[in-house]
Amino acid sequence: MASIVYLLDSKARPLIHRDYKGDIPANLVDSFPLLLIKNSSNTTNHTANLTENDCPPVIYNNGYSYSFIIHNDIYVLAISKSDINIFNTLVYLNDLISVLTHHFKELNEISIKDNYSIIYELLDEMMDFGIPQLTDDKILKEYITQQSFTFEKLINQVSSSATSTHKKIKQSKQDRRAPPSTLTNQISWRPQGILYKKNEAYLDVIESIDMLINSRGQILTSEIYGTIKLKSYLSGMPELQLGLNEKFINSGLNSIKSLTSQNIDLKSDDNKKSIEVEDVKFHQCVKLSKFESDKVISFIPPDGECDLITYRVHSNILKPLFLIEYKFKNHSNTRLEIMVKIKANFKNKVSANKVEVKIPVPSDIDSPKFHYQKGKLKYMPSDNFIRWKFHKIEGGKEYVMVAELMLLSVINEHDLMNFRKVPINVSFEMQGFVTSGLQVRYLKINEPKMNYTSYPYVRYITKSGDHYDIRSGRYGAGL
Amino acid sequence: MPKKGENYEFRSGLVSQYADERKDTIQRVIAAMTTGKDVSSLFPDVLKNIATHDLEQKKLVYLYLMNYAKTNPELVILATNTFVRDAEDPNPLIRALAIRTMGCIRVEKMVDYISIPLKRTLKDDNPYVRKTAVICVAKLFELNSTVCLEQGFLDYLLELVDDSNQMVVANSVAALLEISKSTQKDVFTIDYKILNKLLSTLNECSEWGRVSILSVLVEYNADKISEVHEIIEKITPQLQHENPAVVLTSIKVLVKQLDKLPNNEVNNVLGRLSSPLCSLLVSAPEIQFVALKNIRILLEKYPNILDKELRAFFIKYNDPLYLKLEKIEIMTRISNDDNCMLLLSELREYAMEIDIDLVNRSINGIGQIAIKVEKCAKKSVEILYELFINRGDYVVEEIIIVIQNILRRYPKEYLSTIITVVADLKFNDLSKPESLSSYMWILGEYAKEIPHLEEKLILIVENFDDFEPIVQSSALSSIVKISLIKPTPKTPQLLQQILNKATKEIENADVRDKAYLYWRLLSTDDKELQKDILLNKLPILESTIDTFTPGLLEELLPRLGNLSSIFYKPASSFIRFNNDKSFVTSSALQSKKFEELQQIAKNEIVNNAARADNLLDFDDDNVETPEENFTQSETQGNNILDELNDLFSGIGASSTNKTTTTQISGKNNDIFEILGGNTTNSTSPGSL
Repeated sequence: MASIVYLLDSKARPLIHRDYKGDIPANLVDSFPLLLIKNSSNTTNHTANLTENDCPPVIYNNGYSYSFIIHNDIYVLAISKSDINIFNTLVYLNDLISVLTHHFKELNEISIKDNYSIIYELLDEMMDFGIPQLTDDKILKEYITQQSFTFEKLINQVSSSATSTHKKIKQSKQDRRAPPSTLTNQISWRPQGILYKKNEAYLDVIESIDMLINSRGQILTSEIYGTIKLKSYLSGMPELQLGLNEKFINSGLNSIKSLTSQNIDLKSDDNKKSIEVEDVKFHQCVKLSKFESDKVISFIPPDGECDLITYRVHSNILKPLFLIEYKFKNHSNTRLEIMVKIKANFKNKVSANKVEVKIPVPSDIDSPKFHYQKGKLKYMPSDNFIRWKFHKIEGGKEYVMVAELMLLSVINEHDLMNFRKVPINVSFEMQGFVTSGLQVRYLKINEPKMNYTSYPYVRYITKSGDHYDIRSGRYGAGL
Repeated sequence: MPKKGENYEFRSGLVSQYADERKDTIQRVIAAMTTGKDVSSLFPDVLKNIATHDLEQKKLVYLYLMNYAKTNPELVILATNTFVRDAEDPNPLIRALAIRTMGCIRVEKMVDYISIPLKRTLKDDNPYVRKTAVICVAKLFELNSTVCLEQGFLDYLLELVDDSNQMVVANSVAALLEISKSTQKDVFTIDYKILNKLLSTLNECSEWGRVSILSVLVEYNADKISEVHEIIEKITPQLQHENPAVVLTSIKVLVKQLDKLPNNEVNNVLGRLSSPLCSLLVSAPEIQFVALKNIRILLEKYPNILDKELRAFFIKYNDPLYLKLEKIEIMTRISNDDNCMLLLSELREYAMEIDIDLVNRSINGIGQIAIKVEKCAKKSVEILYELFINRGDYVVEEIIIVIQNILRRYPKEYLSTIITVVADLKFNDLSKPESLSSYMWILGEYAKEIPHLEEKLILIVENFDDFEPIVQSSALSSIVKISLIKPTPKTPQLLQQILNKATKEIENADVRDKAYLYWRLLSTDDKELQKDILLNKLPILESTIDTFTPGLLEELLPRLGNLSSIFYKPASSFIRFNNDKSFVTSSALQSKKFEELQQIAKNEIVNNAARADNLLDFDDDNVETPEENFTQSETQGNNILDELNDLFSGIGASSTNKTTTTQISGKNNDIFEILGGNTTNSTSPGSL
């Protein structure tokens, strides 16, 4: 696949690279910034900032293909000479980014410069001759001899007070003379000989809702992304079996087998509660064929955290959890008044935590004044929005805020209105239920050799995804 | 003692008696190397540190070596002995490291040295070593295919396809695939037995192992229907894998088998593809982009697989532009009777965005579905009208193009609305040639319905000289048509003017010829014949959505995910397969004997070292004479050579290692003294 992998800074200059095949001239990467500009899909405005230039992620030039992913202003680039599988390369690069992020908390220019040798080591272990070998973060850690350097770690070392609650008594941290056998084992995601004093497993069922709501409160699109996260601190090689409610399993299976045949459709129409689970994906530890044949989710989990199952829920009965009313007044282009009313559109027994409303405003406003009943308001000049934060909102409650913004004298009417195309974003978290109605019936834990008892803990969390957006204005319509 | 600069510091750190300091220095050398500093002069000192049981340190030295493997292969060849020795190390991790690094040194002579350790590691007990060695075979093949074949390495590989360890199997097939791609020959044919092995290994593999195996399965031609069934049965569960690469490669395998299935079963399999395809859209935008490109190819072959999935393709506010455009591309293709209204309202929103490219694409999309789905044509025209009324400057140009297409599909149905748009349109609003040309076409075709036609025509004739040829051509046709359909007092005069201009002032041959043709035709007396020819209606437009030629489609399908799937061109048309082995840095190096190479390397190191130190000394001391300089570098050079010889004669077992380091550090002290002496000597004349 890839002949060479580069990490480049925001101006697309190389920071570090690993050459896998040696068939790419060393200076080829120097022309990459130019190619980015040349291939920009944005025909109208070229910004000075390369990463905002909107260049499609695959460029072919003069016999070489460049595929890249932009992450935090860092380009992760693979160059190749032959007709390679670009899709797989990009997926690999994406995995590379997540591995590096895991190691350094954040992947940016500084963390790269602090950790050259560990990045080399990782690049070396993750791919060989352009063939991806291993992108599992936990297993990679077994191979990597270097310690990563982050500021937090330094502080931890100095204060050395941080103690983990889940202490492993013994992890067969194999003697460095023998290689970790995990990778080449049948179960490549779990090392042997793990031992905990207390054996515990935590299941978090988390559903994040992405929703786009128009100014009249109608839902334009909604998507629920569900994840069952497993945190396991279990000894040995435990075999786990997860039981979910029938409805969820059936719906999931149907979507896999695409049996949205008519009788199912009819049934769900009768119930008027059509929730469809789609696109169920399992962690590699789950025995895929067993799920399809026996409807059983059985697996030997990796140690620590993993996303056991991910799925999407499609529902047409969903109501917006928050209603937003937005009013806007322009006082002859010198002063703006924005009124936002938020209403918690759910039962008053339930409450939402960490609610944050981001209200877009024009750039360059002056001395904003706020009138509000509850929460905290703050103007964020660098991102051009006002943040309205609540610790907690109970069901049925509604709150209003009014912001008065002074505008700089010279402002173009067109620019002024552009800010209203950015939707209002709401983020929140609610505990105790999930919208899809998924229920964990049981989690059986069985370690054949040790036979310990262990109790699983289950939590349900509903929260906003990255895009819980409400359009504030009608597009295009002048005011 | 004056400061001696970075390289000097490194060197003393590398030979320090404290292991920690040595390790730390190697780290800093690697950092310096990464930032582009030339630290090749430190080569012998770094290499000394390779004989250690500290895996961390060994890895660091290997990293250093690996980095020079490409730019200075002749340097790395100095370490060959160490590699060979490490390939027998009791620690499998080191064995693997050694064989992996050897494979990265692309000097022909390496072939002689690699064969024996490679053969041994291919049979290693440890699967980690085997899986690394297997890939080294592919490296060797690139370096020298003849030796690789002569020594029977390919047979080793084929044997290892049947290995007990899944990782070794996956890497073997990946290596074989790599080799057959680079030679463009089939070195690996899958028979039924291998097929079974691969299918059963698949479930045990790590994600990338699965990708390797699936990539090979794409190449397999199943001829029995039972095999096809087996493949499909084993591959479909993979669609639920969390890694998108596994998903798309599985789809690729399945699609290849589909043609061999009876029709009723095909739909079963196709149904299972839709939700995995949508799941590809929940990842980084870059990955989504390539996924969408591939979905477009699949849609061309199987137009209905995503019928119910429109929502998955809706644009997100912060999608990059390239992704937004690609999503619209897909949405217009999956539009049908059921989802067209939803899609229209969505496109309407996009058409009110800020970004011009997105707006134009959305308007174009509205036109495409109006033509594709008759049911929503009326609504589409209404939306276009609404957009026109609230128009920004730029929407008009695209709207007029779309309207022309709609008229060609529905010549009468929505005329009243459309005429309002055209009548309201100022000629000056348009600047794009395509838009102007569409505008003229509508004027000519619907002359009877358009109010104030004459004024518009006068403007056209006046500006005729400034138009692009394509616009001139349509202006000509329109005025000729109008003079036949709706002659007004002024039309003969306008016609005369435009024909004059077109035949006398215009240089474009096509426009001129067209004008002459019209003129000739209009000079005949046969009015019926003129009408017959000039007012002939265009055929009804069926679709404005591009399609691939069937040949291209068949070529693209087996190449899903590859470059061709992004550019929609067969690979052969734009990729040059260079068969020259350009990975060898200089061909001159290839012919040299190993001993000569060693000599070259030594000289280079000596020169580098001398150069580096000279520069430093110049910093310290400007009065130094060239003679002194020369002698100094020579003595130093000799010292380094001695050290190098030490290196070859034997960094033996670890027991001797200690003594060598102390020796070396002693030697270095000598150098310090020499240097120190020199500097004092040379500064003294200055002070006198």
